[in-house]
Amino acid sequence: MRSLWPRVEPLLDGVSKPARYIGGEFGAIASVHGPGQVAWLLVYPDTYEIGLPNQGLQILYELLNERADSVAERAYAPWVDMEAAMRAAGVPLFSLENHLSAADFDVIAFNLSAELVYTNVLNLLDLAGLAVRTADRHSGHPLVLAGGHCTFNPEPLADFVDAFVLGDGEEVVGEITEVVGTWRSGGSEDRGEVLEALASVAGVYVPSLYRVSRADGALAEVVPVSPVAPPRVEKRTVADLAAWPYPKRQLVPLTEVVHDRLNVEVFRGCTRGCRFCQAGMITRPVRERPEHQVQEMIQAGLARTGYDEVALTSLSTADFSSIEETVRAVMSGACGDQPVSVSLPSLRVDAFTVGTATEIARARRTGLTFAPEGGTWRMRRVINKLITEDDLYGAVDAAFANGWRRVKLYFLIGLPTERDEDVLGIAELARRCVEVGRRHHRSPTVVASVGGFVPKAQTPFQWSAQDTVAELARKIHLLKDACRGVRGLTLRWHDPEASAVEGLASRGDRRLGAVIERVWRAGGTFQEWSECFDLAKWEAALDAEGLSFDEVVHRPRAGDEVLAWDHLSAGLHRDFLWSDWQDALSAVAVEDCRWTPCYDCGACTDAGLEHVVASNVAPAGGSQGTGQDLSRGDRVPVRFVSSIGVR
Amino acid sequence: MADRLRIRFVKLGKVRFTSHRDVARMWERALRRSGLPVASSNGFNPRPLLAFGLALPTGAESLAEYLDVTLVPVEVSRPENPDELGCLAATLSEALPEGIDVVALSRVAGGADSLQQEVTLCSWDLEVRGVTASELARSVERLLDAPSVSVRRERKGRIFDDDLRPAVRSLAVSHHPEESSCGAPTWLRAELTTRPRGVRPRELVEALGADVMLGRARRTQQWIEHGGERWEPLSAGLGLDVAMAAHAWERAS
Repeated sequence: MRSLWPRVEPLLDGVSKPARYIGGEFGAIASVHGPGQVAWLLVYPDTYEIGLPNQGLQILYELLNERADSVAERAYAPWVDMEAAMRAAGVPLFSLENHLSAADFDVIAFNLSAELVYTNVLNLLDLAGLAVRTADRHSGHPLVLAGGHCTFNPEPLADFVDAFVLGDGEEVVGEITEVVGTWRSGGSEDRGEVLEALASVAGVYVPSLYRVSRADGALAEVVPVSPVAPPRVEKRTVADLAAWPYPKRQLVPLTEVVHDRLNVEVFRGCTRGCRFCQAGMITRPVRERPEHQVQEMIQAGLARTGYDEVALTSLSTADFSSIEETVRAVMSGACGDQPVSVSLPSLRVDAFTVGTATEIARARRTGLTFAPEGGTWRMRRVINKLITEDDLYGAVDAAFANGWRRVKLYFLIGLPTERDEDVLGIAELARRCVEVGRRHHRSPTVVASVGGFVPKAQTPFQWSAQDTVAELARKIHLLKDACRGVRGLTLRWHDPEASAVEGLASRGDRRLGAVIERVWRAGGTFQEWSECFDLAKWEAALDAEGLSFDEVVHRPRAGDEVLAWDHLSAGLHRDFLWSDWQDALSAVAVEDCRWTPCYDCGACTDAGLEHVVASNVAPAGGSQGTGQDLSRGDRVPVRFVSSIGVR
Repeated sequence: MADRLRIRFVKLGKVRFTSHRDVARMWERALRRSGLPVASSNGFNPRPLLAFGLALPTGAESLAEYLDVTLVPVEVSRPENPDELGCLAATLSEALPEGIDVVALSRVAGGADSLQQEVTLCSWDLEVRGVTASELARSVERLLDAPSVSVRRERKGRIFDDDLRPAVRSLAVSHHPEESSCGAPTWLRAELTTRPRGVRPRELVEALGADVMLGRARRTQQWIEHGGERWEPLSAGLGLDVAMAAHAWERAS
């Protein structure tokens, strides 16, 4: 194995942001690859500045480098100018630590955090010098694995990836290392052997060991063809985050990246039960990190990295039961003697949370972001995002009163059961937020950011139809009209065409593989970047494969239909998801199950787990601040609290 | 006396592909980790008071980058003697990425001008490819003899024709391989002024001919000039530790 650096270096004078390709981050580990060690290349299939901060990848990077039987390096997708230079010079995909060729590794493992990167996965395999299809690779090639949220419906990539990992990776990467190490040391040429061994590891899905059959134009079944492959692959769940205080050596990049700050994960999982949210569904149960460990990680992390900002990460950090103690500790200097700014990447919509955010934001108070998601209370009951208008106005009032100048509101359109009045409710809510702001400022700014809803696998909305591009465009037009002339209100929207393609990858079955390959062959990489996105390539590829957006994306699924991901499990009972879907259709909401009795979704009980909380007292603000009595349990329609109706 | 530290550092090897802003961020973090009592700006968004010298083009190396650090104006124990300063240099180098190393530092008077204002001349070593040494020597002669050398630049979306000749104080072929070793690089040594408008090494080399390409560019000195004399911005302080610089170079390449 020789370093490719002498061949990479001459390319860097002619490309944008060359620092993306040099490695050398503080905390990077340039291991010597010893015999008998399994060499992993961890790949984030997007640009360096998006991929580097990914905490999941960094956790596995450390764990694999700590083990005696493995080493790990990293790679990211070279931007289009660098890719062209590499191809012209015959330089393959390389790692950043030792600048080794990707093909020199035993395992190439992709992080799949978003669907639109799928064509990049194929491109990177090709750039690594591998055949993109698993069937065309031989024993000398690295194994190709993938993990991350998208693996809960990995079928569109089933033809290209040897094995997918479902759920938390901390434990399973070690088990995979042992399987691959044993296979390598046995000198076997038979790739099938290692794939069977991997299929027997809990949480690992080897798609080539399953037969997909169709009948009457629909999916009939997906069944294992090997006795070692389980009929249903269950996700892996780390029971106790306290046992995994990682990353311990967070990478500090040499150049600008997103989220360039210390990140400390305070809990994993979420039990809010927002029905559109795949992350919240597939990461249950809630596992909080002990308060003292959070503080230790902040203290050690700040001292080590020199960062002056720490983000407390989770899906809903204001719900961390020790949030107040933690914030107080950081602000009082218990975690280091230099001034530190704390950021909460996800704010709960209530005045209490704004108070906390104000207290800890040492830097300029530019803007706060809230996510009511739905424009009317009915809509928010459908999606189980139980924010009342009073919650929102209270939060916005507190924000402007505390010196914030701009409030950003996230909404979804194209939600199940949505009517035009729900869409227009977005404009009305946003307009009223501007009015609330005028109490405090002459010219407050409210930005309403609108995304098209994409139903995701393993959620109650997996049976829902997705709005067509035309319908989303019509709704955006409605909003544009309603927001016109409202001073201080800015409307932003996500490209409906990109949502349609995301829908293909989200709920597509194995037939989508050929579509993805065609788009890639037509040059369709970096599809999550608006300057590269090209709907025409997707339409042409669907046509050529006899598929359509209508069938894959815009069609509602029937209750008895076999779904492409039914043989994979995030721990959630299909019964639970179905009844939650039915509740959604009748606008019946459910409460956060951390503080109320169990709905038996399956995430805890089947896995022998429990929610792990740092404190047994619900955080101030309670369950979404809906004014509900937390001691009351069970599934109840949530009372309509707000007196300000929106028609 | 307000407290300022002037630091000379090198930028060598892979890290040369980071930008001027990247280097500023590296320094902010390294200084925080070092625990040095750096003063901050006032206001909503306090930043450490750091003043960098002339920006180095991304991709260029340097043996002579400078940074002024303002320290908090209170009487606390702080490095005074050469030993302590040397110790601080080692601490900072340790906290900085590979390829960026402190080679000298010194206290400077609070009232001194900023590096940006003081430095008016830089020395460069420029690796040149695409021409033979003799061709290059002729091109250099032509450029030096020309009353003006036009270079096209974009500023604020508009195209300007600038004359780069006034910025070229001196230019010479400094090292060339045997004529027989075809394709090997030749090196130029250049002294380029920073005022009224500086010239980038790439612009200079491209002005030497259509086939002339810049390889590595390495800033070797920055100069403060006054009354016909020139001196290195730290010459009143510890001075450049040559052995340290050589070691840093070795480590990075």
